[in-house]
Amino acid sequence: MPNVYHIVVCGSIVPDPLQTLEPVESPAGPSLKNEMMLPAVLDPWASHALYEAAELVKKCPGSKVWLVSVAPKAKLQQVMMNIAQKVPFELVAVEGASSGFMEAAGTANALATAIDGIADLDKSRLLLFGGWESASRGAGAVMQMLGEKLHVTEQFQGVDVLEVGDDDQFLIKERIEGGSYQVNETSGCPVLLGWATGNLPEPKNNPQVGMLNMRTVMPALQRATKADITTGDVDYKSVSLPKQKRETRVEKNMSADAIADEIVTWLNE
Amino acid sequence: MSSLPTLPGDDIRQIMWRYSDRYDLQMAVQSARQVARTTVARLVAEGERNNHEWNDKKNELLQSYDASGLTNLYMDPEQGGFIEGPKNMAMALVAFEISWVDAGAATCSLANNLALAPIHERGTREQVEYYMGKASLMDGGTPWRGAFALTEPLPFVGVDTGVLSGKIRIAEWEEGKEPIIDVEKRGRFITNMDFANFVTAAVDSDDERIKGSCMITLEEGDEGTYDRGAPTLKLVHQLSSTRDPVFRLKVPASRIIGGYEVVDGVIVPKYQHSDVIAAVFHRTRIPVGLMTSAKLLSAIEPVIRYQRQRFRGGDSSEGTPRFDMGLQMNEDVTHRLIDVWVTGEAGSSLGFAAAREADQFDPIEKQKDQYCEEQGLTGRKQFMAIRKKEAEVIEYLEQLYAPESEKDADRIAELESDILVKFALGDARANILNPGTKLWNTGYGATMMREAVTLMGGYGTTEDCPGFLGQKWMDAQLEATYEGPEAVQRRHLTLGVTSKIFRKEYSLMIAELERISAEQPDLGTKALASAMKLWEFTLDHLQQSSDANGKKLYHNKRQGVTFPFMDTLCWLIASRYFALDIVELKEKGPLNPVLAENLEAYISFYEKLSKVQIARTVGEVIRSCGEIVFGYATEETEGIDQFRELQKQAEESVIGFKLAKEQAAEALVGVMIPEALDYPA
Repeated sequence: MPNVYHIVVCGSIVPDPLQTLEPVESPAGPSLKNEMMLPAVLDPWASHALYEAAELVKKCPGSKVWLVSVAPKAKLQQVMMNIAQKVPFELVAVEGASSGFMEAAGTANALATAIDGIADLDKSRLLLFGGWESASRGAGAVMQMLGEKLHVTEQFQGVDVLEVGDDDQFLIKERIEGGSYQVNETSGCPVLLGWATGNLPEPKNNPQVGMLNMRTVMPALQRATKADITTGDVDYKSVSLPKQKRETRVEKNMSADAIADEIVTWLNE
Repeated sequence: MSSLPTLPGDDIRQIMWRYSDRYDLQMAVQSARQVARTTVARLVAEGERNNHEWNDKKNELLQSYDASGLTNLYMDPEQGGFIEGPKNMAMALVAFEISWVDAGAATCSLANNLALAPIHERGTREQVEYYMGKASLMDGGTPWRGAFALTEPLPFVGVDTGVLSGKIRIAEWEEGKEPIIDVEKRGRFITNMDFANFVTAAVDSDDERIKGSCMITLEEGDEGTYDRGAPTLKLVHQLSSTRDPVFRLKVPASRIIGGYEVVDGVIVPKYQHSDVIAAVFHRTRIPVGLMTSAKLLSAIEPVIRYQRQRFRGGDSSEGTPRFDMGLQMNEDVTHRLIDVWVTGEAGSSLGFAAAREADQFDPIEKQKDQYCEEQGLTGRKQFMAIRKKEAEVIEYLEQLYAPESEKDADRIAELESDILVKFALGDARANILNPGTKLWNTGYGATMMREAVTLMGGYGTTEDCPGFLGQKWMDAQLEATYEGPEAVQRRHLTLGVTSKIFRKEYSLMIAELERISAEQPDLGTKALASAMKLWEFTLDHLQQSSDANGKKLYHNKRQGVTFPFMDTLCWLIASRYFALDIVELKEKGPLNPVLAENLEAYISFYEKLSKVQIARTVGEVIRSCGEIVFGYATEETEGIDQFRELQKQAEESVIGFKLAKEQAAEALVGVMIPEALDYPA
């Protein structure tokens, strides 16, 4: 008999990385120029967590996925038009800033409140999923704080593999230095997993799944509670993009091996 | 600061094109975008357009349509689809999204729907269930693909869809059994033919035991020859499969689409092939028009990036205008790009208005068919019954266009309960909007696509041009031709504009634009109303006047008069729908919190674009109507002074409009664009 899990995936939205991301000062602190107008995507780390959660549900019938997201809800709605077609889930939306400049503790508080408010969530069966960091903040702080707030002390970060055995036995592989894994074994829920990329491809679109998800997505967006997420006590002296140096060359006739050799040579310079 | 923060995104488009509350459509857009900017773009970038044959790489397109769920776009939910009701808007949006990258790939997607359309629109219940089921992803296997075979080899190829050389004859007809039919059909330029598992073919009877023409389904496993034929050596749309197939097959008579009756020993198909085609083509021309508009809008970002980066990497250094602004130091390049942009916007507004109207019209048409069948109204009787409703349709229109305070809700409800009234209005609108979209969006769109290519310099005509603009220019020419070339659309319009219903609505549109102008003068709609009056006067004049030889000016055979005149009508309606979309954005935009901060900037930019489009429209109408009216005038021609006066009013209505173009062009210098194009090039 497979185990039944209640999987809560935490994930917000980030600007599409191809956009021009230009830090600017605003009355509420630093932000990105025209941030509200930039197309957004579900945070890629959180996306991996979501796909892994959906895959686990397939293996453990009766399990369920909630996607808990703190974001400007109109932007979140646009992102849902894509994500909702990928896998079945129930959305729990919280209206709040998702900018990478916001204080991680505020986001963790909002998520904890939202998760506590999920009526039919059985915390004794909880698997708390998220990205090991966000593509906007890149700090890897929110999930750790959230776990503490929800008293989930079994935490694993940089997860690529989760194998579920009988009686809630979990084998978890965390990324460590040098391309190696730390292999963990634990048993019992709740467990927090901050996912790296996992091993799954992006699921195929299924518009019928999308239409089913929409039955809960739209009401969830409408009843989204507001969370006052700010930059907190952080005083940003200045913000700027990391300096990048592009050396682009178009090569159409080089083999993959030749390209790899050249990159290795360049790395060794 | 720039008056335009970023290029308009989904939040703005959903409001302007009226699908912000349609989640099914928004999802379809996302699916199509994902396919377009990954699989489709990669195929183009890797040079798959450089060969005519369908191959494994191109076949990835079909797999990506399956994986994205787009294969089921045309299906109803019980058949595995996800969109309830009419799907014209859905198909229009998907075609738009895929054509943003490559319209051949969009055609490949649409052609399957086109093959299913005769069955969907006119098939028996069994035919619908069987073919929709086979073509659906619902069973998890590889779905059947279809092709629509109408056009035939020269000399019968082309516009006259009434002439068929494809023939059917009775092969066997045993007492009490289903007749077996011999089908002979040669197709030309048949899309999807490389992989079609079934074909819906138009054929004519060559047997006195079968009456008239019909459409019939052919399957690759049928007895006989199912030869896919030679590939068409296309210069365009190479991501759709096109071949000249040859069929010589034996099929049961139950394959006749819509079924048949046996009357006095003769098989009488329920629908002639022209009935089926009319039901299908009425709508499929709309997405084609939008394909070209998508190309124009897709060109904006790569052209701006090219303009800005034109001199980087040379001697100029960061911080100099040459480095920072590139070609945008020169007014010409931004002004020309505004012309490209506004053509794409106006075409899209027109096309999506046509698609929305088609979605409304679909159930009305079905109800009308049912009503007429119940009442025994066929052929001329039906035509006369609908015609008798003209006065009520005109009253209905007056009610629809009346200010809210003057509307009589009871009377509107009463008029709307009459299916023939609603049908007559929908039909009159479709007779303008559908050919108008196909004609103007593709024809003038192709001209403006050349302008977009020009703005890329020599780069524009290379395979490396970002956004594939050179290929898009060529493709636009095909879009102006296939599914009914320009002459067919102009002829269709020539007939449509003489309808009393259209004439009434046209005059109400003028009043509406003047009313909008009083409240929102920055849109420039008063000038558009002036141009519409000039066109209206010209139509009356042409219908009443003769040339120096005494020959009537407005006549089916006088295409030198009517065809250019129809082109100007398209300018007018495209400008009108663009202005109305901006009105919608002003009204609904404040309800979207994403837009709140920047809405004024977008509206201001769009108002300027509206003035640009209207000024160009006024110029076209003055020129074209002037050429026709003065060109055929004699000393005895009446109404010339009145025409001159209207022409003068139209000219003066655009005073100051060029400044709007300058301001719109200036916004292009400051608008923030992404770091890179979101698809490979």
